[in-house]
Amino acid sequence: MKVQLVKLAHARSGDKADWVDFGLFAWNEAGYRLIAREVTAERVQAHFAPWLPGTVQCWALPNILALKLVLQGALQGGGARNLRMDNLGKAMAAALLRMEIEVSAAEFAEACAAPRVGWWPEAP
Amino acid sequence: MHANVRIGAGLGFYGDAWEPVAASIERGGVHYIASDHLAELTLAILQKDRQRDAALGYARDVVPMLMRLWPLMQARGVKFICNAGGLNPAGAAAALRAAFAAKGLKARIAVVTGDEVLPRLAALTPPHMFNAQPYESVRERMVFANAYLGARPIVSALQQGADIVITGRVADAALFLAPLVHEFGWKLEDAATQPELDRLAQGLAVGHLLECSGQGSGGNFGSQGAWKAIPDLAHIGYPIAEVGEDGSALITKAPGTGGRINFDTVRQQLLYEVHDPTRYISPDVVLDMSALKLEDLGEDRVRMTGARGHPRPAQLKLVGGFREGYKAEVTWGFSWPDAWDKAQAAVAMVKAQLADRRMAHDELFVEYPGLNSAHGPLAPLPAPEALAELNEVWVRLVVRTQDKTVADGFGRLFPWMALSGPAYTCGFHGLNNSSELLGIWPALVGREAVEAAVRVELLSP
Repeated sequence: MKVQLVKLAHARSGDKADWVDFGLFAWNEAGYRLIAREVTAERVQAHFAPWLPGTVQCWALPNILALKLVLQGALQGGGARNLRMDNLGKAMAAALLRMEIEVSAAEFAEACAAPRVGWWPEAP
Repeated sequence: MHANVRIGAGLGFYGDAWEPVAASIERGGVHYIASDHLAELTLAILQKDRQRDAALGYARDVVPMLMRLWPLMQARGVKFICNAGGLNPAGAAAALRAAFAAKGLKARIAVVTGDEVLPRLAALTPPHMFNAQPYESVRERMVFANAYLGARPIVSALQQGADIVITGRVADAALFLAPLVHEFGWKLEDAATQPELDRLAQGLAVGHLLECSGQGSGGNFGSQGAWKAIPDLAHIGYPIAEVGEDGSALITKAPGTGGRINFDTVRQQLLYEVHDPTRYISPDVVLDMSALKLEDLGEDRVRMTGARGHPRPAQLKLVGGFREGYKAEVTWGFSWPDAWDKAQAAVAMVKAQLADRRMAHDELFVEYPGLNSAHGPLAPLPAPEALAELNEVWVRLVVRTQDKTVADGFGRLFPWMALSGPAYTCGFHGLNNSSELLGIWPALVGREAVEAAVRVELLSP
């Protein structure tokens, strides 16, 4: 089944000159195994390509259940010359969370059922 | 010397709120506040100020901020470190001293200068560090260039007894690393053994977690749904780090404040604006996060250990800004019916006028706030039937041009179309907002070319 990353992970984006970087964080180990397997530099590059055809690099950080991604050529040359309303790409992490990955129903159920690692006393 | 040093986050950018800092001072038991006023683009804003008035060029919020916070800090022996000096640290200090004198406040203020490298770039000609473009291509258009200094001059200022340290461009995290080096007597330039490098790396990681204020304590927590479970962002507490002599750190915040410190909020900030996480480069140490451990202790407490350090780089990073033409933008709204089609017709009218009047431009950028301005074509537009029935459509048109008169005249293309264009215009926004665009020039320069000019001056109270 196809699952949007937003169901398995949270993310923040930032900018340096013309590059936008993303931290992508699974909620637990089971979710991390899925994003580490499915979210590759090539696939993220293909995801953004209809909008921003720049090169993507990816690093895995299993110690914090996270992936680090960097998209080059993301800001029309940089925030101070970017004509977009979101000139710094602050909302671009959400564009990454739109990406779909292929997982089995059992894998998705396991990742959703596993508790979050963080302290969330008010979590619904 | 404190057994553990507690550092509170100050501002995360020029324009941030300082009431959360008051909470950290009054209830957070902090020894230092370190405040980051400079994002990558802030120097571009300060440059425009400095062009208008040579006494400006610093982050002006530091004056009202310290008028509010310094009495609280002074009463508790808290020291304050900031980079609000921007392009004019001496000007920031002068403004602060004048404001303090008017209210009878006293402090020992130190000023760090020497990060400005523009006059030396013509000789150094550093290429763009991301795309290798040669310096000559922007030389005539460069308006500022500042190197990221490390912690040493701040440590010197603290050693001289400064209560308030004002710097220009320094590595953001150096504002936080410096008090740790000062308090614990950590080796800095001569750190050589793995434990010496690792504790510097811990200090760098602490600074990185705190330099964006509320982004380290549950603000801007990018997620679906989970952000709603973060309590009381209206009264967010900025992060506080309690650091031991070995560099191990506890990240927390003042009691009774909103926000959340947990594994998720802390790691979202940990990777923010990091590229290769095994080589996060600062002027003082290179941080490897690959064995870093975040232990969620609950109750807004996260323990951080395991940062690994590598020796500092031979070169320093600088960021320059160069003039790159002008832009002007107008946002124009249309109501139902046919709102989408009318917006398309409006764009065509603007294009026709630009052509008729021979207004030279590089680009007319068009986006639709509320539909696709955040994610471009990755945000699918509604199906044609739904598009035709939209309640309203706003179109944002932005012209990019090398000709200032074209940018200044762009807004005048619009008002007449309220009567002579498509119907049910529900507003224009931004008819008079042309502005200059700046390209950003990140580059590397030899450390010695910069550091020889760095000065620390302690002003008499």
